[in-house]
Amino acid sequence: MENSAIIKINDLVKSFPMGKTHFTALRDINLTIGRGEFTGLVGPSGSGKTTLLNIVGSLDTPTSGEAWVLDHSVGRLSARQSAQLRKEELGFIFQSYNLLVVHTVYENVEFPLLLLKIGAPERKKMVMDALEWVGLTDKVRSKPPQLSGGECQRVAIARAMVKKPSLVLADEPTANLDAANSHHILKTMVNLNRELNTTFLFATHDEKVIKYLRRKIYLLDGKIDKISEQEQT
Amino acid sequence: MKTAFKLAYRNLIGAGLRTWLNVIVLSFSFVVIIWLKGILMGWDYQAKSDMTNWEIGGGQYWHESYDPYDPFTLAESHSIIPQQFSDEIEQGDMVPVLMVQGTIYPQGRMQSITIKGIDPDQDLFLLPTHQLDTATDAVPAIIGAAMAESLQLDRSDHVTLRWRDARGTFDATDIVITDIFSSNVPSVEAAQVYIPLAILREMTMMQGEATLLTFRDPEAERPAVQGWVHKPKEVLTASVDRMIKTKTAGQSVFYTILLLLAMLAIFDTQVLSIFRRQKEIGTYIALGYTRREVVGLFTVEGAMHSIFAAVVGALYGLPFLAWQAEVGWTIPMDAGDFGMAMAQTLYPVYSAGLVISTVLIVVVITTVVSYWPSRKIAKMNPTEALRGRIQ
Ligand SMILES: Nc1ncnc2c1ncn2[C@@H]1O[C@H](COP(=O)(O)OP(=O)(O)O)[C@@H](O)[C@H]1O
Ligand SMILES: [Mg+2]
Repeated sequence: MENSAIIKINDLVKSFPMGKTHFTALRDINLTIGRGEFTGLVGPSGSGKTTLLNIVGSLDTPTSGEAWVLDHSVGRLSARQSAQLRKEELGFIFQSYNLLVVHTVYENVEFPLLLLKIGAPERKKMVMDALEWVGLTDKVRSKPPQLSGGECQRVAIARAMVKKPSLVLADEPTANLDAANSHHILKTMVNLNRELNTTFLFATHDEKVIKYLRRKIYLLDGKIDKISEQEQT
Repeated sequence: MKTAFKLAYRNLIGAGLRTWLNVIVLSFSFVVIIWLKGILMGWDYQAKSDMTNWEIGGGQYWHESYDPYDPFTLAESHSIIPQQFSDEIEQGDMVPVLMVQGTIYPQGRMQSITIKGIDPDQDLFLLPTHQLDTATDAVPAIIGAAMAESLQLDRSDHVTLRWRDARGTFDATDIVITDIFSSNVPSVEAAQVYIPLAILREMTMMQGEATLLTFRDPEAERPAVQGWVHKPKEVLTASVDRMIKTKTAGQSVFYTILLLLAMLAIFDTQVLSIFRRQKEIGTYIALGYTRREVVGLFTVEGAMHSIFAAVVGALYGLPFLAWQAEVGWTIPMDAGDFGMAMAQTLYPVYSAGLVISTVLIVVVITTVVSYWPSRKIAKMNPTEALRGRIQ
């Protein structure tokens, strides 16, 4: 059982300006997520999952309340500090993969290591390891347009995992995948969670994903509806 | 920064055709600018060396009354050559020329000319003065090709020449054309007849006199002499400098247009990139870039077009520029009409400074043009960029 919190959210509110008024996308969010969890924000479209994930990912800031991620209060970080946090500790997986389409599979996975200024020999080993985790060592020279959706998402997972981040944020990672591919990438992520003790936080409304989550945080209209019990595996 | 260069390189190569179109347009600017500037430098060099070889040597002394723009001053512009120059003249390192107003009558027409008396043995000028050293029934004379053509004079033609001597008395004799030369220097050809100095002095009773003294060595120390004005080479070639300056200004308009076109292509690419690559921008930020670093990346990417262009330009530009320096560029009109020392074929001259400054200027301009639209990224909301929703 995890004891140290990697994410701690207190009384978080997020509202967006909408013309003369505001639209409140998240309210009264209180949440703690421990290291090594495999958890998901679950809720219908528009319930605020992506908004919350973006705040946790320090891509956005709370309107009020606080979001602590790895002992940093997201709203108080400078641009440089939040970039640093993302670069060193966070991995992102997106619904539409967001690979660099003109770069090869190898170069896509290498990217986060270039930002971390890791030396060439070590970088190469880390990239090949990450590609091994997702089973794509035979596609290093391919470019994203030559890959299937499942393969693209596996490249994205390798890119998110290559630096062994503390926390991976995955926003609807299976939305563009068929059942077989969805199961494949989820099994990969479950394994990585187990082997590297990486914390995973999903945003999803896909039953196939929900089945794999060990804890579910249900969102509805920007509020936490309920939180399921932690399941043991 | 190194990472930005690496990524920018990958992005540009990955963008394919669009990159190469920009690069080709830009490389064309490089080559054309260097070529045009090279032509001007070559012209400058040619004009000055032609003037040196045909007209001004290493510099001149002018009789104080001499004014090249006023032929009527010639009547007063002559006096005895100062004693101090005898040695130099003796050694052939200074050439005196006596100038007298005259008239020739080719085929019944009348043409005012300047009679120039010059030593047939001189070798300071390329003028074929040895052709004046021929025994003939008339006074041997050489003239320039332009005048020969306009007056329809040919070798061994006889023409009547009339002049006034020192006392103002008119006299006339026959001259025979012993050679016709062409020089690229209109001011040594136009309305001028060269005859042996000794004969002209005799004809005019101006023994030991001259109008101009041209010396070979520009560096040698010479005493100041009464009644003569020292004209250093730089002063005599100042008109060439002025003309090159004017031409440079004219060319600049052309460079500006050329660069403007290239820069428009780069600017357009940048604006389009920022709009179309929002998700990519969001991804860079999610992966740990700050927005300012993304601005830097896009700026490097745009600026790198100019580096590629320098390389591509070198690929076809170096052979082209070298070939031009070899065969020259023949002006598609009559060079004589310029009224300047201009050869019909100009050979471009390139210097390292020219190439380096051109490349530097283009790189700097491209960087600024790439940076300008990229600044917008610094104001983007990363979450909206990731959704690709920014207008
Ligand atoms: N930048 C924004 N400006 C205005 N409204 C927004 C913005 N981002 C999200 N929203 C709104 O907030 C709500 C939650 O959005 P989102 O977090 O994307 O939901 P989910 O990911 O659960 O589908 C939606 O109603 C959405 O329209
Ligand atoms: Mg969403």
